[in-house]
Amino acid sequence: MDTATKPQQIRLSTTPSRADLEALKIGDIVYLDGLIYTAREGVYKKVIEEGADLPLDLPAESAVNFHCSPAATVNPDGSFNMGAVTATASFRFSKWIGPWIERSGARIIIGKGGMTSKDYREHFVPNGAVYLTTVGYGTGALLGRGIKQVKAVHWNKELGLAQAMWVIEAANMGPFIVDGDLAGNSLFERENARIAANLDKVYEGTRPAVLRRFGETDDRTDEVIG
Amino acid sequence: MIAIETIQETAERLMEKAAIEIPEDYLDGLRTMANTEDGDLSSFVLQAMLENYEAAKQDRRAMCGDTGCPRWYVKMGNEARIEGGPIALEAALRRATAKSTNEIPLRPNRVHPLWRTDHDNNVGIGAPEIEYGFEPDGEWIDLVTVHKGGLFGTDYRMLFPSDGVEGIKRFFLDSLVAFGKRGLACQPAIIGIGLGGSKDTCMVLGKRAACLRTVGSRNSDARIAAMEDEFKALGNSIGMGAMGFVGKSMVVDCNIEVGYCHTGGMQMSVHAFCLSSRRAVARIHGDGRVEYRTDPDWFTDYQRRESVEWTPPQSLSKSA
Repeated sequence: MDTATKPQQIRLSTTPSRADLEALKIGDIVYLDGLIYTAREGVYKKVIEEGADLPLDLPAESAVNFHCSPAATVNPDGSFNMGAVTATASFRFSKWIGPWIERSGARIIIGKGGMTSKDYREHFVPNGAVYLTTVGYGTGALLGRGIKQVKAVHWNKELGLAQAMWVIEAANMGPFIVDGDLAGNSLFERENARIAANLDKVYEGTRPAVLRRFGETDDRTDEVIG
Repeated sequence: MIAIETIQETAERLMEKAAIEIPEDYLDGLRTMANTEDGDLSSFVLQAMLENYEAAKQDRRAMCGDTGCPRWYVKMGNEARIEGGPIALEAALRRATAKSTNEIPLRPNRVHPLWRTDHDNNVGIGAPEIEYGFEPDGEWIDLVTVHKGGLFGTDYRMLFPSDGVEGIKRFFLDSLVAFGKRGLACQPAIIGIGLGGSKDTCMVLGKRAACLRTVGSRNSDARIAAMEDEFKALGNSIGMGAMGFVGKSMVVDCNIEVGYCHTGGMQMSVHAFCLSSRRAVARIHGDGRVEYRTDPDWFTDYQRRESVEWTPPQSLSKSA
């Protein structure tokens, strides 16, 4: 292993400048400082489809949307108990991500597994946003250590704790890996392409099932995410 | 008679151990993989996971933010008697699940499939699942909790005798390649394969192979054990490592379980038990003693019996 290929590590504010984001390359390791909020399908539906007002000033307070449901509870006295935090798979939010980035001004989306480079080109690049993936998955305990405090939880009554919008203060929170950069590159897709070169050899000596399925493909460069 | 209070207390302790402490067999397996992984990104991921397990134990914090779907496997010795009977047992396990979800805390993952109702305690219709097994001797009960996570990495297919081992390999590779990309399967994982049974039992066998057997265990059928070795090597030859990055850390181990099936078919299921393979086990003895361990030791000779009548093997099974 060449030490020059070791991923570089970067600390970043959760209200980053354009220049900060331009410096990121796919495969870089990132740690974050500042406010981060969670938002996934529950919040997206509420804001984008139902037109609810944002409960905090975005992106001034935070430009980082974490696709996450924390392992957390609200204590009877209103304080919070947050344990581990790990991302959930982002590809499922493709239909909302464009409107959400425009509405919230998010510059960093954190999740599991990235989104497609098509999503990056269509929704991220025009809005100057990048995608960070969590590591593992998942380094929930390490990420939990990076939470200085829980600032607020919004819509937990209507949406439940898992879908609620949690606002957390991060201190050197990470690691995250840059999957989608400002040029619209995807680290996952680059790796997929490298691995695909070996697949025909691995499949030697196997054969397709006698009973096929509708829509089935033997194109092993294909992906299961839509 | 086993006191119901002992069952609930033990169940709460198991919930915590499963969420926080990576089982030693999985940890050893992952360390071995970390030592041999040469993909730079995949290596970085494995090192981060090893640090994460330490952080979880030090902080008494769940390993992963997705704390999975808690479920219970209860195995009873034939002479075990439970205070209040099976209804009291199930109530105790539901109470322990709700209480621990709140106290550890775990993520309240369980919601109604249509109305998305969330009781914020991982309890609801059919949740947590409680499954049962029995053993010929003993006044003990084994409580096993598994918090399997992941919406990806599991699949089922009806194969036929003419598909043969070549067809089994194909579906195995298809499952790993499809769900290994982007690390959706949270690999390196314990891959469980179910073969035979019927569709539902095939899924159950594969899930139990992944969740109720340890890294390094082998099927008692020597030919199946050889397949387990072969499939592990095959999975790690794909060229894919942690998070779907270039590497060779895909399968920590491969466990195969079988059940007799329809003469025309050869059902197959594949299950991936993730980087936070959450399982914890306790044996509660008739006299109230509790012993904790991480090996469910589910697949005993009795569970795999083939004949009409049960005749214990000459050398007693290891769980006896």
